[in-house]
Amino acid sequence: MIKFKYSTIIHTLFQNSNIASQHISMNDHQGVSLRYCEVMSQHNPENSQSNASMSEIQSSYYRYHSRKVLFLLSVSFGILFLVGIAASFGSYELDLVSVYTTIFAGIFPGMGIPESVANTIIWDIRLPRISMAIVCGASLGVAGAILQGVLRNPLAEPFTLGISSAAAMGASLAIIGGLKLFGAYSVVLNAFISAFLATMVIYSIAKSKGMTPEAIILAGIAIMFLLDAVTSFMQYLGTAEQVQAVVFWMMGSVSVANWETVFIVFCIAVIAIPYLIYKASDLTIIGAGDETAHSLGINVEHVRMRTLIFAALLTASVTAFCGIIGFVGLVSPHITRMAIGGDNRYVIPGSALVGGILLLGADTVARTILAPMILPVGIMTALVGVPFFMFLFMRKRKELW
Amino acid sequence: MVNLEINDVSFSYPGADILHNITFSIGPGEMTGLIGPNGSGKSTLIKCIDTILKPKGSILLSGKDILTMPRVDLAKSIGLVPQHGTSAMDSTVFETVLMGRRPHAAWRISEEDINKVAHALERLGIGDMAMRDFSSLSGGQKQMVLLARAICQEPEVLLLDEPTSALDIRHQLEVLEIVNHLVKERNMSAIIALHDLNLGARYTDSMVMLRQGVIFSAGSPVDLYTPEMIEEVYGVKAEIISVLGKPHVVPIRPVEYGHFRPDDFKAEVSMEIPA
Repeated sequence: MIKFKYSTIIHTLFQNSNIASQHISMNDHQGVSLRYCEVMSQHNPENSQSNASMSEIQSSYYRYHSRKVLFLLSVSFGILFLVGIAASFGSYELDLVSVYTTIFAGIFPGMGIPESVANTIIWDIRLPRISMAIVCGASLGVAGAILQGVLRNPLAEPFTLGISSAAAMGASLAIIGGLKLFGAYSVVLNAFISAFLATMVIYSIAKSKGMTPEAIILAGIAIMFLLDAVTSFMQYLGTAEQVQAVVFWMMGSVSVANWETVFIVFCIAVIAIPYLIYKASDLTIIGAGDETAHSLGINVEHVRMRTLIFAALLTASVTAFCGIIGFVGLVSPHITRMAIGGDNRYVIPGSALVGGILLLGADTVARTILAPMILPVGIMTALVGVPFFMFLFMRKRKELW
Repeated sequence: MVNLEINDVSFSYPGADILHNITFSIGPGEMTGLIGPNGSGKSTLIKCIDTILKPKGSILLSGKDILTMPRVDLAKSIGLVPQHGTSAMDSTVFETVLMGRRPHAAWRISEEDINKVAHALERLGIGDMAMRDFSSLSGGQKQMVLLARAICQEPEVLLLDEPTSALDIRHQLEVLEIVNHLVKERNMSAIIALHDLNLGARYTDSMVMLRQGVIFSAGSPVDLYTPEMIEEVYGVKAEIISVLGKPHVVPIRPVEYGHFRPDDFKAEVSMEIPA
């Protein structure tokens, strides 16, 4: 009986194999399915599976693509709407119509709209802060998307590589250590230079180990602990006022915003973000594994090194001016991926927009919830962002990773 | 016509020699099987041919040394189906297959790229899962998607690293049937690392048997498979029977030594190959 089954199985296999070859024309490129089980299913209908036609596949891809574009447009309009709301809040209340009229008049000065008090409040006080929040949020969102993609780690964020620790150490050197080589800009430049130097040290260590994600993360964490120890040591030595100043700086705030500082952060974002979007396809493929990326023609080490340097530049510029603003860089890419999938050509601009809207929303709440007291935005990003993120997370049915 | 020549290829990690003086060639429309025990260097050789690892020696593709070719050009000629498929976070099947167009495509995805991906998905019968998340697929489905990705690369040489190891027999046949047809249809060359000696005998034109990083023997499965060879390379006693004109290795359990009766099988498998 057993022997009979053995021969029957072999016979059935080869019989069907033969049928398969009869049904597949060797020169036929016109949509003949090669799927073996389909041929099997001609003899066993229980095995049959549906297969979409080429046009159905194409149209489902285009629908999916439209959804991504629609998401980016929706968030863009969301930001424009939130700009109006944020600009209307404050100690001098303004209605939405006058806010948009004033913004419009500022952009198009030849329209003959008369200047008013609102003009000064919006253009000199509120819009710089709003712009700073958007640009910083966008920079952090993009840096987070890059770090998570390149390191293939969903927990990676702009501060994974010890950038926050380095910036805090730089700021502490200025505030407590008295290292003020750059006058009024000492805190900012010390933070920026420290962050960037730390990044370079991490890269040098990781490069000697082949720039693998594991090497980068381990080097980053080791440097982070070292720099944290230096900062703690300085805080131990500092006066109560100095320590308070460092702690406040570390909480993160966009209150330093004026058009000059916004311009600097904006310039770095405008250079870095388009480059990173240009490299987006390569980043997506690197997410599938270094060997796969190599096999598909990508110089993995170069792409990883360059994109990480740009991500570090974005993070360092934001941190230098605004201190450590957590959470935005971690969740913006996650929110974007939940909405539109993992294609970095859309995830990177999407993370920029989501980061912008998150930080602007958090800052607006931070400066109005206990008005006239203005809370550091670093506190509010998590307080506002976590419930929103959890809402999305619980709604999402499929496994995240 | 494409011809892949592997000349005197050696590879070593610091402190460990993996491959020694590997030399063989493969012509268009041919499937060559790489067989050998665990750790014999099959996967390393596949990675060397795809230049993921940089070996000594030369590997010529239609006369050009691929070890000095630009990466992108090589990716247009050689496609790899890895053993364990992964894709980027939250990538759909379509996006995963679209990665195969990377060596040919610019930043902007063209209509031609989309058509080629849709065509590959349809031909492999996985079009209905085009918009599904890659990570939600079964092992067999993932293997199909990775094969579709390699097809979209439009390579002249297809490398498959144990593509059937984690699959049930139906999916094993499914994957190998597809590869077999593609190789013949497009006149590609395929090198396929396999553990299953019997599948290898059925599907490949020639085999290269590796042992401890050197070629133990090479040739057609009929010439290669002998009880002595199996015992020497794998340390296992086996009988070789003929199934449909192909050699079929039947390994023997230690408790069966001396009790095995080849006649038990011969009577049942002496059927003719269907016309």
